[in-house]
Amino acid sequence: MSTIGKENLNDKDIQVILGTLLRAGVIISMSIVLIGGAIFLIHNSWTITDYKVFKPELSKFSSILAIFKGVSTFQGDAIVQFGILMLIFTPIARIVFAIFSFLIERDYLYVLIGFIILAIITISLNGGLAH
Amino acid sequence: MSVLLFTIIILLGAFLAGLLGSLTGLGGGVIIIPLLTLALGVDIHYAIGASIVSVIATSSGSAAAYVKEGITNIRIGMFLEIATTIGAVCGAIVAVYLNANYIAILFGCILIFSAIMTLKKKVDHTTLDNTDKWANFFKLNGSYPDKGIDHPYAVKHVPGGFLMMLFAGTLSGLLGIGSGALKVIAMDNIMRLPFKVSTTTSNFMMGVTAAASAVVYLHRGQIDPGIAMPVCVGVLTGATIGSKILLRAKTDKLKMIFAVVVVFLALQMIYKGISGL
Repeated sequence: MSTIGKENLNDKDIQVILGTLLRAGVIISMSIVLIGGAIFLIHNSWTITDYKVFKPELSKFSSILAIFKGVSTFQGDAIVQFGILMLIFTPIARIVFAIFSFLIERDYLYVLIGFIILAIITISLNGGLAH
Repeated sequence: MSVLLFTIIILLGAFLAGLLGSLTGLGGGVIIIPLLTLALGVDIHYAIGASIVSVIATSSGSAAAYVKEGITNIRIGMFLEIATTIGAVCGAIVAVYLNANYIAILFGCILIFSAIMTLKKKVDHTTLDNTDKWANFFKLNGSYPDKGIDHPYAVKHVPGGFLMMLFAGTLSGLLGIGSGALKVIAMDNIMRLPFKVSTTTSNFMMGVTAAASAVVYLHRGQIDPGIAMPVCVGVLTGATIGSKILLRAKTDKLKMIFAVVVVFLALQMIYKGISGL
């Protein structure tokens, strides 16, 4: 009986930490997006935009390396893209955390499932980089 | 159009999309994409890239609250994420090679389907028959708290639900939406989960699913900061306010009106897609 009680407490703790992690990820990344957006607008407000045709070759920040280079020179759009990158990594960080918590619970089946999901995302990351 | 004007228009539109999307349960993504493509003439590839970012923001934000309440079934979520992430990556890769007109037509069809799904009366399929061998192997059966009482439930037809999730993930990656309507079919109708568990768990899964396809989009240049910034800020703000109003508003009439508007938008997207072929 007492072990069941302990396990429930454990589950509850994990849920609270997971929730906090997700919320913090969203708040931090959206703040970065807002800061970047403000810098971007200060410098580019009167530039003319055109998104009528998809031109992937014009995209300046389509790799993590390019984003970091842009951020180091304080380009507004690079900072926005960095915030978006952080946002993308928020649910991925959630998976990493879940793997750890299942490891503590000794639920190895779900540790494996967590790694499978991470592997799928990593493969798609590398697939994208190759192009 | 100047960057400033473009940003302000999208910000307002995305705010409305997020607000209505959360009030009606359709989600912000399905509204922002027609708005960008039909009203502002943005190429659908950029619209999808921006929308998927807003899906991550809204779903992670609301999942945070649900997870803390203990309604979300994290095991079901993670188990089905295998299917949705595989689907999402495949969908996102296909989307890059697909003509914008085909995407628009497919999008219109899914939009009509989602609108019908929000109007359909939900039938409770829950069961306590915990004999499904897959559900037992993956420890999917669970219980959720409601007003201090624990409600147990059992999961059925796991392979069927898994396949449906593969499909939902593919559409999510292809169209840049959360595809909540399809996820709920998989969980409510096929796997027999209670509504509360299925909606919150589907929300929980959306972030990872969207992140898997967003990674592909980012590297293909489909996520443009100039569009993604106002879209995700606007949708997230709208959705947050919407979820606060939702607790005390009656949304039946709103759902009806909104479904009509959405079907109208969908028909326009299909028409535009067909005439552009």
